[in-house]
Amino acid sequence: MLQEKLQDVFNEPGCSTNQAKSEKERKKGCSKALKPGAAAGGCAYDGAMIALQPIADAAHLVHGPIACLGNSWDNRGTKSSGSQLYRTGFTTDMSELDIIHGGEKKLYKAIKEVVQQYDPPAVFVYQTCVPAMIGDDIEAVCKFAAKKLGKPVIPVMAPGFVGSKNLGNKLAGETLLDHVIGTVEPEVTTPTDICIVGEYNLAGELWLVKPLLDEIGIRILSCISGDGRYNEVAQAHRARLTMVVCSQALVNVGRKMQERWGIPYFEGSFYGVSDMSDTLRTMARMLVERGADKAIIDRTEGVIAREESRVWRRLEPYKPRFDGKRVLLFTGGVKSWSMVTALEGAGLTIVGTSTKKSTKEDKERIKKMKGEEFHQWDDLKPRDIYKMLRDSEADIMMSGGRSQFIALKAKVPWLDLNQERHTPYAGYDGIVNLCEEIDKTLSNPIWRQVRLAAPWDSKPDSKPDVKPVGA
Amino acid sequence: MGNIQRFPHSAKAASTNPLKMSQPLGAALAFLGVDRCMPLFHGSQGCTAFGLVLLVRHFREAIPLQTTAMDQVSTILGGYENLEQAVRTIHERNAPALIGVATTGVTETKGEDMAGQYSLFRQRNPALSGLKLVFANTPDFSGGFEDGFSAAVTGIVEEVVQPSETTVKGQINVLAGCHLSPGDVEELRDIIESFGLSPIFLPDLSLSMSGRQPDDFTATSLGGVTVEQIAAMGASEATLVIGEHMRVAAAALELKTDVRSLFFDRLTGLEASDRLVRTLSELSGRPVPAKLRHQRETLVDGMLDGHFFYSRKRIAVALEPDLLYAVTSFLADMGAEVIAAVSPTQTAVLEKLKAATVMVGDHSDVETLARDADLIVSNSHGRQGAARIGVPLHRMGLPMFDRLGAGLKVQVGYRGTRELLFEIGNLFLSREMDHDSHGHAHGHAHGDGHEHGQHCGSGSCGCSAG
Repeated sequence: MLQEKLQDVFNEPGCSTNQAKSEKERKKGCSKALKPGAAAGGCAYDGAMIALQPIADAAHLVHGPIACLGNSWDNRGTKSSGSQLYRTGFTTDMSELDIIHGGEKKLYKAIKEVVQQYDPPAVFVYQTCVPAMIGDDIEAVCKFAAKKLGKPVIPVMAPGFVGSKNLGNKLAGETLLDHVIGTVEPEVTTPTDICIVGEYNLAGELWLVKPLLDEIGIRILSCISGDGRYNEVAQAHRARLTMVVCSQALVNVGRKMQERWGIPYFEGSFYGVSDMSDTLRTMARMLVERGADKAIIDRTEGVIAREESRVWRRLEPYKPRFDGKRVLLFTGGVKSWSMVTALEGAGLTIVGTSTKKSTKEDKERIKKMKGEEFHQWDDLKPRDIYKMLRDSEADIMMSGGRSQFIALKAKVPWLDLNQERHTPYAGYDGIVNLCEEIDKTLSNPIWRQVRLAAPWDSKPDSKPDVKPVGA
Repeated sequence: MGNIQRFPHSAKAASTNPLKMSQPLGAALAFLGVDRCMPLFHGSQGCTAFGLVLLVRHFREAIPLQTTAMDQVSTILGGYENLEQAVRTIHERNAPALIGVATTGVTETKGEDMAGQYSLFRQRNPALSGLKLVFANTPDFSGGFEDGFSAAVTGIVEEVVQPSETTVKGQINVLAGCHLSPGDVEELRDIIESFGLSPIFLPDLSLSMSGRQPDDFTATSLGGVTVEQIAAMGASEATLVIGEHMRVAAAALELKTDVRSLFFDRLTGLEASDRLVRTLSELSGRPVPAKLRHQRETLVDGMLDGHFFYSRKRIAVALEPDLLYAVTSFLADMGAEVIAAVSPTQTAVLEKLKAATVMVGDHSDVETLARDADLIVSNSHGRQGAARIGVPLHRMGLPMFDRLGAGLKVQVGYRGTRELLFEIGNLFLSREMDHDSHGHAHGHAHGDGHEHGQHCGSGSCGCSAG
């Protein structure tokens, strides 16, 4: 069962990386064998949890030994405007005896306890490696529990060892397609209902976009899964249009919604001024194509014109301060492309970017725009990054938290671009936030101080003094 | 205090907001206290990623941690190939002084024969005979953080320590349990050295995890006790064993070296510190230095000043067992009532706890038991529950991702006890001063109540993930 699902996910026609491969290569799937002793990153369970956990009013129960949840709960910054249940960590905490006797009974009991105590609209049950190894039939337990308890109990079949975090995202998408989307009918629908896929509302980013959509008259029927509610996700099949935000992670959801319910989808981004405007335009155009009132196009253009002029005006003060400042971007996926355009617009110079999770198209786009000279790395070793920063090849590094200490130990400013940050960077306001954050760290007086050698240390530090921003 | 209620096992099937962390994570922390070490989890990728993120968030340091990256096929067919490849790769890339292998739920469920794999590795890689390799059995599905830490230290002792026929005068071993922060180890070193003794700490987190500025990027741990120092532990005069969970490692050390062990169940509190100082004075044959005498005086003074605010205060404590013991004992010393002591795992030390309720449980149990408490003492995960019931939280233990300097807190010896006394005392004091404006204490979101609904995901708090 799981094997079939994996094959299916690997063979995603909506994935442009995949489509560029030969038939034979495609069969192999997209999970590269990891090198023992040199691998990093999460597992499939991790990815599934990331994609589904933002559904805030559901209970998320992890079936496995303590490591899977005990070491990981309470560590992501996705926000909810209401229910906080998603922040509660539930696990069966499997013990030796559960492994000998099988964990199914304990799992059922745990589901029952959660339902009785918290009465959530649904329970997601995450399969992990150990119960998968001992053959616990999670799907059967969930089915039984759903019937007994009168609530959706959804098995998420993504044990860690089947592959990467990215694969786990996709398996989470499949879970929603198989068990959730299409199970609830909305009370009202409008011709401008949309579904957003792959937006997790980190640091409240969705909330910088939603007011603009409200103003234009576009309704988010369901967001998968940022600030999500179970019933809203279950109604996604009545959307008129799907926007896939992170195409690498969840394009399968967009494509299958098109296949099953005839909902067209497009890939868009909320990062960067031009990408944001493009996204709004595409949304409006496609909704009109599907019968929405033409007036939304004008309203969209109005909002874009106003917001763009506002954002450029607000970015103006940063330009002289950013003049000559070089950024090393180290992030994955579509963000590397969107961020390049956004930051250059604010006057920064990008010296290079990683393209680990970017599609071939993204890479081509960057190459076209920045020329062949521009650095694009598929993989850069920490030691090399450290050396680049130490040698002052960049004034700031922007990356995920994993690599923050490479920058900080090199005494170079660092900014978090990934899921742990507290500042939202999406939409027009988000870009201004981002520039403010960059300016704040670049102009901090600590950089001069921390690079000073101790007074008793005769050897001067190799780092040249940095000029304060705007000087 | 009346009858002590003991519920050694929770009847719940679902652990809610777990306090427990897994064994391999504890093992990783122990390995990180060895200089130029690379801890390696024998399991699937996620096991390592989660552990890594948790330690990074707590210490705000890059954490070296590798994985054998077991996939479905190797999980079924056996993981030796992955293990061998991982060790060889790490050796080639980083040339660490020690590779510490910890098993996980995946490899333990499969029943990988680690002793067999160890001999097979040695047999097949004669060229790597100089590489120090420690294998520790640390299944995720039994025990917890403390057990993993203990297993790794025991493994290091068995693999690295050498018996010695001679004794180095003044050399002392310290088996430092995981309830000691890097700051505690540093403090302990200061105290021991002030008697002219030279301690070897195993592990020594004070050098590797206290925030360093290396000259170059290193993939392994940087600082900590060296392999050579560990090997020389057989020539010490005595071993100070700190914490109940270090007993197994102490027994292994004594068996191998005949160095006598002196056991300390805690180092927080006046009497506990007195015992340490008296022991050190006897070992060294030197009088107690003026600095320590002064510290003792100020602690006594602090206890007199602070006891008003501690007396009969109702406190719930949820920490790893040995830290739980140290903290509950200290609070009892100060006249507070520990109404609930919650441990993530069942261990012998729970029998000694002075608390009205002793329970093996999770943060949701703390939330239930602490409803009418004046204070909760627990890790950062306790903040959500504390906010919900409106009881202030004093953060201790691990993970502590929403405070700076978590790893450097000092709570041992006279000075550390004094600091802990003032920190907790100030929480009570400020509430008493605030009473006029806040009315009755309970039902109000005092102290940490303002965190209600807020989410510390970290990032700027130092969390890495992704």
